[in-house]
Amino acid sequence: MTSLTRRLLWTGVGAVTLAAAVAGGAIAQAPAVKIGLLATLEGPFAAGGQDGMRGAELAVKERGGVVAGRKIEIIKASSDAKPDVAVNATRKLVEQDKVDIMVGPLSGSEGIAVKDYSKTQPSITFINGSSGAQATTLQDPSPNFFRFNTEGAQWMVGLGEYAYKSKNYKKMALIAEDYAFPYSQVQGFMTEYCKVGGHVTHKAWVPLGSKDYSSVIAKLPRDVDALLVVLGGADAVNFLTQYEQAGGNKPMVGGSITVDQTVLNFKGKRRESLLGTPSAGPMADSYDGADWKKFVASYKESFKDGFPSPSLFAYVYYINMKAALDGLDAVKGDLSGGQAKYREALKNLKLKTPTGEIVLDENRQAIGTTFVTEVAKAADGGFYNKVVKVVPGVNQRLGMSKAEFEKVGLGSRDVPNCP
Amino acid sequence: MSAADWRKAMNPGAGRYAWAGGAAGRRAGARPSAHPSPRPSPLRAEGEAAAGAAAWTRWIGRRVRARHLLVLLAVLAYPWVATPFFTFQIGAQALALGLIALSLTFLAGYGGMVSLAQMTVAGIAGYMYAIFATSGTDISLRWPWGLAVVLALVIATICATLIGWFSVRTEGIYTIMITLAIGVAFYYLAQQNYSLFNGFQGFQSVMTPAVAGVELRAPIPFYYLALFWALAGYFFVSYLLRAPFGVALQGIRDNPRRMSALGFNVTAHRVAAYAVAGVLAAIGGILMVWYNGLVSPGSVGTGWLINILIIAVLGGMRHPIGAFVGAVVFVLLQNFAVDLVGRERFNLLIGGVFLVIVLFSPDGMLGWWTQARQYLMTQLNRGPAAAPTQRRGQ
Repeated sequence: MTSLTRRLLWTGVGAVTLAAAVAGGAIAQAPAVKIGLLATLEGPFAAGGQDGMRGAELAVKERGGVVAGRKIEIIKASSDAKPDVAVNATRKLVEQDKVDIMVGPLSGSEGIAVKDYSKTQPSITFINGSSGAQATTLQDPSPNFFRFNTEGAQWMVGLGEYAYKSKNYKKMALIAEDYAFPYSQVQGFMTEYCKVGGHVTHKAWVPLGSKDYSSVIAKLPRDVDALLVVLGGADAVNFLTQYEQAGGNKPMVGGSITVDQTVLNFKGKRRESLLGTPSAGPMADSYDGADWKKFVASYKESFKDGFPSPSLFAYVYYINMKAALDGLDAVKGDLSGGQAKYREALKNLKLKTPTGEIVLDENRQAIGTTFVTEVAKAADGGFYNKVVKVVPGVNQRLGMSKAEFEKVGLGSRDVPNCP
Repeated sequence: MSAADWRKAMNPGAGRYAWAGGAAGRRAGARPSAHPSPRPSPLRAEGEAAAGAAAWTRWIGRRVRARHLLVLLAVLAYPWVATPFFTFQIGAQALALGLIALSLTFLAGYGGMVSLAQMTVAGIAGYMYAIFATSGTDISLRWPWGLAVVLALVIATICATLIGWFSVRTEGIYTIMITLAIGVAFYYLAQQNYSLFNGFQGFQSVMTPAVAGVELRAPIPFYYLALFWALAGYFFVSYLLRAPFGVALQGIRDNPRRMSALGFNVTAHRVAAYAVAGVLAAIGGILMVWYNGLVSPGSVGTGWLINILIIAVLGGMRHPIGAFVGAVVFVLLQNFAVDLVGRERFNLLIGGVFLVIVLFSPDGMLGWWTQARQYLMTQLNRGPAAAPTQRRGQ
């Protein structure tokens, strides 16, 4: 026997064994419900994506991996925060791995692209991961795309009024990154702030990932009461450092991802001046609701390698996955008829989350709670975000009617405006 | 083109220098006319029609082998056996990416110019299409798609020519650097310009046209569309490499000084090669924007600039088919690596496979093919039945 034939023989034996194993495995199990899970495990949001996956896993774990008698099978995929990569990954999960339900993606433009794709797959239900672009559900919504988390503009509701009335900031300047998410955040803030009488006299839009803010800082007007800073992660720290070096002394109001742990641990001379900086978001570490505390404890127990406290991504993936499973439970795992019953159940779902109840509007977008927080000093000297106001029932049109909102349009560089 | 063909073509007795316009054409016109060709080449068969046709048939008989037909049949039948997912996301995407990589294979493998800006040219075509045709953004002019395609191709080709014109005076690593710089500059322009390129978000919901009631975006029509252009690009490049222009280009790759001394305009040839590669990349770019339904700065980022190089190197630059082989391997890895190893570690597998291929076969996958063939040939020749077989190498 030549070596070639022998090798062929072994390959054949291996293939048969493998096929038998696969077939045997498939027969032994009850029909599982397949859920595709997409987050960014590469690129700028890799850490966030990983935590998002933890959140989704937590929701599955709470049900012991079974819903309505059917086993839950999670198939994960990764993208790098680019919309084309997200659609490719989603297409693979839906068309190749044949998932029944799709949960994801993580970032804004990915969400819009996946929503567009969902229209070509009407028999699959798509549930958002943590993407927060307003347009996903406001412009040209897809009948099988659901979003159980509130988005960028909704996260800032309550902060405008708090800044004007409680902090007494009558005139502000803003500095924000130049893309969709900060536009939404600024719209959420300014819609309310302008309405109660505030003025935003100067807007500085900087590219994402800017390192040098000196020219921006030089142009900031002196006659404002405070700065609205909607920058994320390293950008926020860079700005703060350079603003301090340039001798800036205005108080700050932060966006939902501005005043995070990196900023709270800021060691500069102006550290004390961070005290009292308000910001807002869909969750708050220090919220003392019983459900929230339970959620945090369960996260810490499940993921020893996780963050000290669940991140925004973990929380938002958690509630979207929970919605997917609660919906399945409501229809007793019945996904027949092109998932029509399941979608009906999702639409009418009153989702119990650690931060209160979430319901959907007619575009299948969440109406939920926003927390206004303020930087405070803990007993051990560390800084944390203290909850100062809880705003329930925030909708995507920020309290305006459909006609009113359409007149204003989506947030952009120039919308809204009240100089 | 094998070394023997190459020498034949470069032999002044057999070769002809007929130039397709441009500065080179004028110079070549001043040359004494070449000797009559001793053997009718199909590429130069315009003289006697009958003899030409016969030459063509003979040429086809000599060139086309069973495996060529086999591959052609396989790619034509593929969508009827594959699932829509394999047709669209694996097949069509690999063909479109392969076309862009082919433009690099042509430039680098035959022109000796490694340009990292081929994805940029493809991206320019994609952006131009999104700007002129219909998308979800108000910037789009919503012109008819046919016009948008033509404009996009023309603008992208002009840009490719300009990129070529900038970079041809450099050699080796400097060409890589200057094209990388151009690619990155375009990436930042697209990311930060809002009036034309719509900044960070780019263009979403770019419409793919429907022709005669057939939605081109549907898996099977799109596969055949991509296949048509891939085959067209492949045959065009194969033809061009045997045409006087391609032969001269390979001469310039091997010894630009000597070619210059022989009276060839080296710069003009190189710029023309960039223009030709630009057309291929631009077609690939339009296919990609239809495939994705969107174009954003991420589509022209550094990652993609390098991915195109990876595809070309993976497949092998010795033959135009290498680009497509590389693209298939690349797309399969991108899609299925995640199933083979942990979700958090799958990029390690992708990188590992690239490393193995490059380490063990400097000619990419094509190198393996050659080695495997040689091995099989020696095995067969050793066997008693195959002893009298005298098969030509290439």
